[in-house]
Amino acid sequence: MLEVSGITQIFGGVTALEDVSFSINRGEITGVIGPNGAGKTTLFNIISGIYTQTSGRVFLNGREISGLPPEKLAHLKMVRTFQNIELFGGMTVLENVMVGLHTRSSSGLLACSLRMPWSRVEESGIREAAMKWLEFTGITDLADMTAGNLPFGKGRMLEIARALAVEPEIILMDEPAAGLNSQETLGLARLIRQIRDLGITVVLVEHDMELVMDICERIVVLNLGRKLAEGSPREIQDNPEVIAAYLGDE
Amino acid sequence: MQFDQLLQYSLSGLSTGAIYALIGIGFSIIYNATGIINFAQGEFVMLGGMFTLLFLETFKLPLWAAIPCAIAASTVAGMLFERLAIRPLRQPTPINLVIITIGGSILIRGLSMLAWGKDTHAIPPFSGDDPISIAGATILPQHLWILAITILIVFVNRFYFYHTISGKAMRACSYNRRAAGLVGIDVRRMVLFSFIISSAMGAVAGIIVAPLTMTAYDVGVMLGLKGFCAAIIGGMSSGMATVVGGLLLGVLESLGAGLISSGYKDAIAFIILLLILFIRPQGLFGKAESERV
Repeated sequence: MLEVSGITQIFGGVTALEDVSFSINRGEITGVIGPNGAGKTTLFNIISGIYTQTSGRVFLNGREISGLPPEKLAHLKMVRTFQNIELFGGMTVLENVMVGLHTRSSSGLLACSLRMPWSRVEESGIREAAMKWLEFTGITDLADMTAGNLPFGKGRMLEIARALAVEPEIILMDEPAAGLNSQETLGLARLIRQIRDLGITVVLVEHDMELVMDICERIVVLNLGRKLAEGSPREIQDNPEVIAAYLGDE
Repeated sequence: MQFDQLLQYSLSGLSTGAIYALIGIGFSIIYNATGIINFAQGEFVMLGGMFTLLFLETFKLPLWAAIPCAIAASTVAGMLFERLAIRPLRQPTPINLVIITIGGSILIRGLSMLAWGKDTHAIPPFSGDDPISIAGATILPQHLWILAITILIVFVNRFYFYHTISGKAMRACSYNRRAAGLVGIDVRRMVLFSFIISSAMGAVAGIIVAPLTMTAYDVGVMLGLKGFCAAIIGGMSSGMATVVGGLLLGVLESLGAGLISSGYKDAIAFIILLLILFIRPQGLFGKAESERV
């Protein structure tokens, strides 16, 4: 599904990632973990087209996507969410999701703005589809609220709903549990499983070990910009190198 | 001070204010999509008037045909400006872009001067110039045209931004460009769109005001600054706040010119601009922005 091959990223004199390769299987939940500064977010930013890597290649479904801008990746059915949620603050919750659906709308932007009656019909369909995603993430009752006023946890749900509205095949989540309380984290774990059950491949960077060990089927461990290990949660927990990286040597 | 005099100043102030509002919305739309202040906005206002003149006098088209042609020509100029001057920048920082727009405006003004000379030209009013009297004040039919067209454009604009998907996508870009890209919106296309809409609106403003104030190669400077002032009062909103800002500016200017001295007309606008920037930089109606990290 997603293949990362020999990624190296150098910022000035700092090597943030060095020759990182792994692949992600369709329909699985994969976690990318590692101590602070391991390069997890950098890796995400490269995969999602925000940074361009110094060297190495990224493939999605066998097609090279290195260097493609984020909007092209959305059309190739890959989306991501952010640690500091990124919403359209002045728009309503429902409008946020409707914008996510716009990529799917059949008419081009120009046709859409010129042919008013038709684009209105299309909009009512989009509104319904958007409501479906709000329901999926459990924030239907907030549909008319201004997104900028949402509490953090609900904002995260909205960001996920908007990402799902793009109808992705793969979703990258950057620390989805960051800033959530334990109750909300449980809800998040359930939601991520439901997303996987829709057939969407999930990749997450996460600090919350309990969550990662609970929901991930495979884990990639990064340390100091290199891939340290890869395997099932059980294998990772028993891997002496991983334990050393987290707890310190000796 | 008599009532009919006040009414007279207010009415003529409202119609100039409507023009400022249209220009101000043009500023806001581009600002919201790109984060830059397009100081060439006034030149598209000038181009609207001058192209109308071109189609009227050189191509001998009737007024009703010359106007759409002029709007189309100015819009093409706006598109070219975005394609040739804004998009090619590899690392666009707001300050670079703003300076480019200033350069662009000087270039457009210079070319217009070469093409049409330094003379002031008149465009015939849309429907005669028999004054209409309202409660002791007189207005021209053109004033009504200005108000009607402005209201129409403001409503079409609002419909576009709030009730079409393409308009929503543009608003999304203004709130969060990065997230807009991530959900598949082509931000660069939205930037082009914003230039198209703004230059078309600017051209309309320039065309409807030309029968009253005449037009020349350099009218864009002052009109652009007044429109900028309206947008600042409105807190760079592309909606009602900027319309109110424009009308307020027009009326205050007209009252000031009438009651104090017409020599202070422009000074009043810029004093208001400075006051707003000092005291309420978020605009008269805006809330101060804060970002949660």
